[in-house]
Amino acid sequence: MAEPARARPKITPETQHYWDGAKAGELRLQRCDSCDHAYFPPRPFCPKCGSRGVSVFKASGKGTLYSYVINHRPLAPGFTEPYAIAVVELEEGPRMMSNILDCPQTPEALELDMKLEVTFQTIDDNLTLPQFRPAKG
Amino acid sequence: MRRNQVAVVGAAETTKLGVIPDMSQIQLHADAALNAMADAGLKPSDIDGVATAVESPQQIAHYLGITPTWVDGTSVGGCSFMLHVRHAAAAIEAGLCKTVLITHAESGKSMIGKQPRSFQADSLQGQFEAPYGIYGPPSQFPIPVLRFMKTWGITHEQLAMVAVVQREWAAKNPRATMKDPITVADVLNSRMIAYPFRLLQCCLVTDGGGALIMTSADRAKDFPHKPVYVLGTGESVETPMVSQMESFNSSRAFKVAGPTAFREAGISHSDVDHLMIYDAFAHLPLFGLGDLGFMPYEETGKFIADGNTRPGGKLPLNTNGGGLSYMHSGMYGMYALQESVRQMRGIAPAQVPNAKISVCHGVGGMFAASGTIIFTNEK
Repeated sequence: MAEPARARPKITPETQHYWDGAKAGELRLQRCDSCDHAYFPPRPFCPKCGSRGVSVFKASGKGTLYSYVINHRPLAPGFTEPYAIAVVELEEGPRMMSNILDCPQTPEALELDMKLEVTFQTIDDNLTLPQFRPAKG
Repeated sequence: MRRNQVAVVGAAETTKLGVIPDMSQIQLHADAALNAMADAGLKPSDIDGVATAVESPQQIAHYLGITPTWVDGTSVGGCSFMLHVRHAAAAIEAGLCKTVLITHAESGKSMIGKQPRSFQADSLQGQFEAPYGIYGPPSQFPIPVLRFMKTWGITHEQLAMVAVVQREWAAKNPRATMKDPITVADVLNSRMIAYPFRLLQCCLVTDGGGALIMTSADRAKDFPHKPVYVLGTGESVETPMVSQMESFNSSRAFKVAGPTAFREAGISHSDVDHLMIYDAFAHLPLFGLGDLGFMPYEETGKFIADGNTRPGGKLPLNTNGGGLSYMHSGMYGMYALQESVRQMRGIAPAQVPNAKISVCHGVGGMFAASGTIIFTNEK
């Protein structure tokens, strides 16, 4: 029997650009053309001022570690060891959930406010997940 | 909403609490409802308003044989019942109904007649949180804790004391699930669940239910028990995604619901004799003490660790033992309301002497929603 798989996102029309971006190696956010507010998760209007005039842009991929847990039990399907579920504060302002790759999953290694950078985890041909890892340099 | 115009005249929990493998979820609703009707001296035909969460009002009304003129199916998580109390008070005042039954029950442990909780893969949570391994409340609710600790200087030992103090209250309560005393060391050595939280900082998983009956203050004096009046109410919601909270240093939903209730009640914090803050996990009482304005956030951990909320302390908090030690079937808000009503009636197992004002603050989801009810036994 195959290993139970990690939960997969089911893409909706309003989020297609985000997931296409991940596959192309870009973290895509949206910004309001009227009030300049950058936001996440995706939606075709500005959650701050209600304007439908919004644009997709490529984020810098830089962020910092805002908070996290190290989940020990129960482990979600597709995870075999304790893993950090983190919230990353992006340079552009929005926050998003991520795992922290290429880093020991320990309180000592995971320091709040540490610098992170985006990386892209290929789950399979159809799904690439934006992820974060400690910033290099 | 005007003060003290509506009262709780019936209140009861299920006959049994804990592990109830011989009862389905809807029967747990009925068991609690029948107990509350007996408490108030009413029959199903006397009820004309029904509010419930998860189960639909039509399910509950039909099962109990009630023909309502008003229903409320607000289902925003464990504080839904605080919102029901608020909405029912408004409906009774507006003349939409006279006698409201609010029910909760959950076969949280035995899972009899209960749908598993889930979210859709095409929801925002399904797309932007689930792939990162969120899996049940323990993997989500504590995510803000490390930021809250860093910002406000809260220690692991202080967060362990939340569980220690609540166990002291539970020891006084024959119906509490966990009654044996525990120490800070016990908490910090218990099994790791989701760092920084360990088993004893996470709520229980049990079966049970509770029900409330409300009517106008004018009618309330003719019921068998001392009326418990609704003095103030508040509610709000923020986001179903914990990652998208405005801040981890506080809860926006708490900061709207709590102060709204205080303003409506026209009371100050020093007037509060008894306090319930829904404790699904050990950090919630700290958020609640800060967000409701009892004290600056940086003092909340020390306030609890110094014993101010324990039996005999100046601000008795979670006097049934809370979700950590009393019971937690999944939507604990109803049990917090039950304890506030018992305290206002003067019949709680760990009764606060001469308590006249009780604040009952609830959370829904992972800081997704909030409701606050302020009760009094004086009109």
